[in-house]
Amino acid sequence: MAQKLFLSGDEAIARGAWEAGVKFASAYPGTPSTDIVDSAAKYPEIYAQWSPNEKVALEVGIGASRAGVRVLVAMKHVGLNVAADPFMTFSYTGVGGGTLIVSADDPGMHSSQNEQDNRTYARMAKVPMLEPADPEECRRLALFAYQLSEEYDTPVLMRITTRIAHGKGIVNMGERQEVEPADSWKADTEKWVMLPTFARMRHPKVEESIQKLAVLSDQWEENRIINLDGEADFGFISSGVPYQYVREAFPESPVLKLTMTHPLPEEKIREFASKVKRLYVVEELDPFLEMAIKAMGIKVIGKEAFPILGELSTELVYEGVTGKERKPLINVPENLPARPPTLCAGCPHRGVFTVLRKLKVVVMGDIGCYTLAGLPPLNALHACVCMGAGIGMAHGATMAGAPSDKTVAIIGDSTFMHSGITGVMDIVYNKGVATVIVLDNSTTAMTGKQDHPGTGVTLKGEKTKKVSIEAICRAVGVERVRYIDPYDLEETQKVLKEELEAKEPSVIITTRPCTLITKERPGITYTVDEDKCIGCGQCSNVACVAVFLSGNGTKVAKVDPLLCYGCGVCAQVCPTKAIVSTNGDGKEKRP
Amino acid sequence: MKSYNLLFAGVGGQGVLLASEVISALAMNRGWDVKKSEIHGMAQRGGSVVSHVRISETQVFSPTIPLGEATHLVSFEELETLRYLDHMSPQGLVIMNLQRVNPMTVLAGAAEYPTNASELIKERLRLIEVNGVELAQKAGNPRAVNTVLLGVLSKDLPFEEEEWIDTFKQVVPPKILEINLKAFRLGREAG
Repeated sequence: MAQKLFLSGDEAIARGAWEAGVKFASAYPGTPSTDIVDSAAKYPEIYAQWSPNEKVALEVGIGASRAGVRVLVAMKHVGLNVAADPFMTFSYTGVGGGTLIVSADDPGMHSSQNEQDNRTYARMAKVPMLEPADPEECRRLALFAYQLSEEYDTPVLMRITTRIAHGKGIVNMGERQEVEPADSWKADTEKWVMLPTFARMRHPKVEESIQKLAVLSDQWEENRIINLDGEADFGFISSGVPYQYVREAFPESPVLKLTMTHPLPEEKIREFASKVKRLYVVEELDPFLEMAIKAMGIKVIGKEAFPILGELSTELVYEGVTGKERKPLINVPENLPARPPTLCAGCPHRGVFTVLRKLKVVVMGDIGCYTLAGLPPLNALHACVCMGAGIGMAHGATMAGAPSDKTVAIIGDSTFMHSGITGVMDIVYNKGVATVIVLDNSTTAMTGKQDHPGTGVTLKGEKTKKVSIEAICRAVGVERVRYIDPYDLEETQKVLKEELEAKEPSVIITTRPCTLITKERPGITYTVDEDKCIGCGQCSNVACVAVFLSGNGTKVAKVDPLLCYGCGVCAQVCPTKAIVSTNGDGKEKRP
Repeated sequence: MKSYNLLFAGVGGQGVLLASEVISALAMNRGWDVKKSEIHGMAQRGGSVVSHVRISETQVFSPTIPLGEATHLVSFEELETLRYLDHMSPQGLVIMNLQRVNPMTVLAGAAEYPTNASELIKERLRLIEVNGVELAQKAGNPRAVNTVLLGVLSKDLPFEEEEWIDTFKQVVPPKILEINLKAFRLGREAG
């Protein structure tokens, strides 16, 4: 028996790429794609790196492909927006070494700001797209993608979703094939220099290759018909995890399982449709398959039966077909308190937002753990659009007349490296006055503590130069760059006020690392002097799991000594100084 | 053909995912099919954590457990037990660690923590209550609650004690193996 592993879809993609002889992998972390290149980095044969953003990750990938080696580039769905520029033209140049680009979409928005359906990108870029339905397929299709990429001279897009990326299953293990680098590191101007003259010559080749791929899609055994014997009253066309829901809800029914969803196997679809009276297309998010099949003149039932919003499930597939609601057999008691994610105890972001709320500042936020400050009880973040957007929005708002002494941009260190720098440049160049706070916690926290150009460590764990946020800001012309200790609310407030009032651009950088990466602890915890506590709730309003009001009738504050990190933010907001450090002198001891 | 659908629920940091990893490896060692599904990322920052594990002698399709088909709910926290009851089969078993972790909504005074979780469950399903922290402490580490709960669960599944122990040896780092085996046995006795 072949050896088997229990892997997530992300890990299985890395495994498949390794087996295909991949030598180069790049990414910017983004849930649910992060584990792909994180796992690839664990194979000694693969050079793997974090890039500052997805556009750069893809560009270094194109360079490596140009040099002839097989390449893996991974990103979350919104990351492909950032990388869309090179992606669209990479389809024209084609590859040197085979290249697989993975887009991990997030239906249901478990960790994302939108639920865009990236299958449309395959059609727009005119590249083949593969959609695995379990981890074993992730491995097998990754392996196959390289063959496809080199044979048809095109990058291949693999589209997965959260349930595939984070779902685990049993995966077969294959050997690694060592592949000779492609002979592509030579001057080939017509192929690689996309001047209009040459691009006009490449475009017909792209169209030709997608026609050939359509033929392959029809012949390929992974686009397959299951459970069809003669004719059927109803049947399904599906792909990815929705295919599993179909099999679960209707295990005996005929299904056309699509694994290459661009270009579509039109002959197979026609053949299947001719034998099935009522044909359902089951897909998450957009009617991508449905529209294409309808355009072929085939009648199908799609989004009128299955929701366009969020994730599908076995129940939703069953309900869409039968019209009967599948209710739980055991009901959940009513009015259970929600458990939203929250900033950790000791999180260095908490102090900054506590002060911003007090000063009633409008905060143009960004993507990171700190976006959670928009939730109650902090309620201290007022916009979040995409990576880097906060800085541009703060500049735009103040130039449009919003009060500059009451508007800031907030961005994390990793996000600043990703796409904050151009925003700061814009403020300086256009004579803006906006204040930018960089919450530098020395890691990419939200996605699971990945390194970035500012941490001084590479993905392979090697030491490297640290990119300085201060030096970048000064280099683009910001003259006011200051540091604050976010555990010190008084200092934070003083510096913030000064910089908000300054009539020139300013950047404030915080100095405390994420509590998940630092081994140093303040070494103290806090306790409540119940005689002094007036039960006002200011402390529990800093949104820390370690501090809460308790008791019936007259409430008093409590600090949970097991959860308390010792940052002292709650003690500093207490109007009666009732929260004291346990070393007794009431003075916070800081490392 | 045997198959089980197990839900593991709790709060980020309680060891929910490790517990679901052990049962997955156990079933895989037996040659069964296994699928496991969970969400990490933003949801993990102190939020509700749930892991679906489906193990079967035949092929498993959906990575998530359909409503009404969970055979076991192993929960590390009382409120989180209540939250996932809708997945349970009426014949299912609930194993609940007696521990309360207040969510931010309760800490901020916007909601009340339900204090009668055990009664609410008993009205609906078979329940085994476990004082996991106490048993884990007895085994030598209060963080071994996950292994205590697996011990309780083991009494209701068709795997031999030896198979469990072999799986622990495979999944748990050697440094903490002894404590975990002790916690597992204490859980088994309580099951």
